[in-house]
Amino acid sequence: MIKEYLKIDKVVGPLVEVSNVEDVAYGEVVDIKSRNGEIKKGKVIRLDEDKATIQVFENTSGLSTDNSSIKFRDEAFELPLSKEILGRVFDGLGRPADLGGEIFSRRKYNINGRAINPVAREYPRDFIQTGISSIDALMTLIRGQKLPIFSGNGMPHNELAAQIVRQAKLGEDSDEEFAVIFAAIGVKHDDADFFRKSFIEANAMDRVVMFINYADDPVAERINTPRCALTAAEYLAFEEGMQILVVMSDITSYCEALREVSSAREEVPSRKGFPGYLYSDLASLYERAGMLKDKPGSITFLPILTMPNDDITHPIPDLTGFITEGQIVLGRDLFQNNVYPPVDILPSLSRLMKDGIGEGYTRADHPDLANQLFASYSKVQEVRALSQIIGEDDLTENDKKYMEFGRKFEDLFIAQGFEENRNINETLDLGWEILKVLPANELTRLSPELIEKYYNN
Amino acid sequence: MTENGRITMINGPVIRGRGMSGFKMREMVMVGNKRLIGEVIILEEDTGIIQVYEETEGLKIGEEIVSTGKPLSVKLGPGMIGNIFDGIQRPLLKIDEVNKDFIPEGIGMISLDEEKLWDVELTVKQGDKLKEGEAFGYVDESGLIRHKLLVPPEKSGIVLEIKDSGKYSMEDVLVVLDQDGVRQELKMYHEWPVRVSRPVKVRKEIQELLTTGQRVLDMFFPLAKGGTCAIPGGFGTGKTMTQHQLAKWSDADIIIYIGCGERGNEMTEVLEDFPKLIDPKSNRPLMERTVLIANTSNMPVAAREASIYTGITMAEYYRDMGYDVAIMADSTSRWAEALREISGRLEEMPAEEGYPAYLSSRIAEFYERAGYVETLGKSEGSVTIIGAVSPAGGDFSEPVTENTKRYVNVFLGLDKELAYARHYPAINWLDSYSGYIKVLESWYEENLSDGAIPLRNKMLELLFRENKLQEIVMLVGEDVLPDDQRIILEISKIIKAGFLQQNAFNKEDTFVPIKKQYRMLQIIDYLYERCKESVALNIPISMVKNQDLFDELIKMKYTVPNSDLSKIDEIQTMIDDYYNELNGKYTN
Ligand SMILES: Nc1ncnc2c1ncn2[C@@H]1O[C@H](COP(=O)(O)OP(=O)(O)O)[C@@H](O)[C@H]1O
Ligand SMILES: [Mg+2]
Repeated sequence: MIKEYLKIDKVVGPLVEVSNVEDVAYGEVVDIKSRNGEIKKGKVIRLDEDKATIQVFENTSGLSTDNSSIKFRDEAFELPLSKEILGRVFDGLGRPADLGGEIFSRRKYNINGRAINPVAREYPRDFIQTGISSIDALMTLIRGQKLPIFSGNGMPHNELAAQIVRQAKLGEDSDEEFAVIFAAIGVKHDDADFFRKSFIEANAMDRVVMFINYADDPVAERINTPRCALTAAEYLAFEEGMQILVVMSDITSYCEALREVSSAREEVPSRKGFPGYLYSDLASLYERAGMLKDKPGSITFLPILTMPNDDITHPIPDLTGFITEGQIVLGRDLFQNNVYPPVDILPSLSRLMKDGIGEGYTRADHPDLANQLFASYSKVQEVRALSQIIGEDDLTENDKKYMEFGRKFEDLFIAQGFEENRNINETLDLGWEILKVLPANELTRLSPELIEKYYNN
Repeated sequence: MTENGRITMINGPVIRGRGMSGFKMREMVMVGNKRLIGEVIILEEDTGIIQVYEETEGLKIGEEIVSTGKPLSVKLGPGMIGNIFDGIQRPLLKIDEVNKDFIPEGIGMISLDEEKLWDVELTVKQGDKLKEGEAFGYVDESGLIRHKLLVPPEKSGIVLEIKDSGKYSMEDVLVVLDQDGVRQELKMYHEWPVRVSRPVKVRKEIQELLTTGQRVLDMFFPLAKGGTCAIPGGFGTGKTMTQHQLAKWSDADIIIYIGCGERGNEMTEVLEDFPKLIDPKSNRPLMERTVLIANTSNMPVAAREASIYTGITMAEYYRDMGYDVAIMADSTSRWAEALREISGRLEEMPAEEGYPAYLSSRIAEFYERAGYVETLGKSEGSVTIIGAVSPAGGDFSEPVTENTKRYVNVFLGLDKELAYARHYPAINWLDSYSGYIKVLESWYEENLSDGAIPLRNKMLELLFRENKLQEIVMLVGEDVLPDDQRIILEISKIIKAGFLQQNAFNKEDTFVPIKKQYRMLQIIDYLYERCKESVALNIPISMVKNQDLFDELIKMKYTVPNSDLSKIDEIQTMIDDYYNELNGKYTN
């Protein structure tokens, strides 16, 4: 039975309180009708005796204590899903935002999902070639991985994500279907248009599902946007058996929305005003990526976040890094030196690459080569710091070689064109070529056999 | 029968109920129509606060709260080894049978398999006198673990009745004792409240190394059986890898691995790897000595809080059989955050960074459950606790790291810079420490060599000096240092690349017997001494630093087989040949 209440006690930011309610469930969806007939969606986030606190996913301006009515819908937040969603555009709450009309489906899915049982997971091992050398060689993307891009304002994370979407070989076998889910959370119209255009250019629009909350859309809506997108991803991956790539931008806007709701609830804040449960909340999104033993599909997840002040220790990138399976970090210095993509390899990491590269996966020399490139490039940083002080001319011969290695590595290996698609063999060969700048005895991460095979030839 | 309570407030995993005057503090309860599992954490007159171990979406005000009369407990008996449980000991494989792939709520309190028949060997006879903690039989739980059936604490008496050895299941009564006229029925399991530590006869001094096969630990910062250790580090610095390495290779009898609020795939990885990895001592799969507890980051937060206690209680139970048990908790910070979240929802007064004021005492209580003991049954056993800590921003001055540091004896600080340079394990040798060096001295003397600890101290000191010298190098370059100091830099490079760095993915290097570790360190020291000698003869550093020899030492971890150390003697001969000749040239 659907109950309707005509009196609101209080409206505080995105929260609404009602009393004298009966038989209301925690998490239940609520329709709030304002005087002009507009219906706003909300959800019960606290029940105390006969009082319900409702978080409204839309703008609460215009709502007042006596001009609105509230209906409890007797259901959780659910999306109707079918394969018809492919090629469609939805708003941040999962409502159609194009001219395609409603999605009709007998099955509706709770957008909060449920935790994947760890025993049901399949450990991800399949290499996805992105055609981008820094990523493929040094922070290899694996099918079913959650690998965020840590960026900063003004840096080309959108270009990088678009290039990955365009070039990624998700389905190696021709009989595998794949699709891209793009969730925009508080992004500028320009940025959303950029992605739309790049999907169209790649002729991929019919395999893309978009969920869009623009920067000028209601902040509170953002809490649900990633959940809608991931629910669609789970549906396509685990019920339709598709290989799904989820691109989501910008997680920072999502976290800010969460902070806003939390402060309206007067919760005890943890670092930088973010709620203490930010970690668990982010985990409830990121952990939805993966693969299942008994299902053919997969969800690979590329969230994008802009680090406030490029600070990787800020709670948003920090907590993200603690949950995701690595991170691709973009560096301001490289960006200013016109290196595209400006992937700062040292703080970057793919935790799943260890089991998805090497013999039988990419190439036998891959793990040690990657290790050596990391070690040598890290030494470059030390030498550069020293040369800042004593000048490059006064460096030892050995150190000068490191300076040269560093330059070549950035200009030839990390840097590549927006349209340039290198296969893994080209990438690894290029890595060896550049290592030749350094004397063999500096290559302590390589076995004599590898040096003989790749360095001396 | 206690009257049922009624829900009056729902706020995430925290609910409040009324009509609970018959309930007890810390009691396990069933909440709502779905019978969610919860625990009473505050009780005032007839109002109680409950933390719920399952998702509370869909609960309504007025639904009932049912008492179970028992504190939150685990069943301790055969069937734990090789198995994987959630934070309140529900078997995840069973849950997957009930609901494929995703974890539902309202499955109730299931734990060990009650149907399964075990081959029970009973080792006492009618008329025997049994005291608490003594064994009355055993079950071979896995190829590796003989599960002793113990008389539970506080029970004892004369054996009145006893079954024949044979196949029995969990609920079968195996032995009946006469305890001063009271019949005590013994089954093959104990039920134990997780928040109460199991009693021991006496705590003993720590005296044995927990061998790990990891050079930086065994030779520099040793762990001890019955000891405590914290591994703090920012994300990606190697906490989980280190814990996995310890779970794989440390010489504990039993490993309890708790994935507490971390990634699902990391548990899947253990589930896939461990059955395939063979224990070097017994030639059996490592899974046969391992218990997994998984309450991953997306699973309910309150159960994350409980998972630590579930794990440590299991560890104590196996300790009571006389085993050395090591428990890895990855990560204790997530447990602390669960405390914080629950506390926040209770609107308690927060202390530092929103953590409750009792954070420190909770951490202390947890680590205090480690120890080397004489058990009630008069055998010796131990629980070693190794906790990962995940400091926000990688900054060790935050409350969880700081409070943990107060209660652990080994501190393995993971370093972002080392991890960035892919120096693994990224354990920073300058700020890590082991408080067990003194107590383990005689262990090293008896089992390795008198020279082991002095050599360790010497090498560590060399690294400290190198660090100071690096500060100078960073200002003026290396060339200006006198040769005797440059040799320190060069030898330190070998220690770092050849000894401290250890490749977990290399078959030969992933686990190294302590004898080889010691020989490696000895030969590095030998080279150092020979170099010093030559430098004292004013031989130019370019000659003293023979690249081939130095390379030989850096690569010996790969080139010297773990099973044949004679190769190191050969290296020593090479060193002698080279420096004898060199010195000869310069002294004539
Ligand atoms: N001992 C090691 N040997 C080789 N690689 C390691 C080692 N420790 C860490 N790594 C690398 O670092 C990555 C992150 O380590 P992990 O233990 O998951 O970090 P944390 O748990 O601290 O976030 C791993 O995926 C692996 O690539
Ligand atoms: Mg970890």
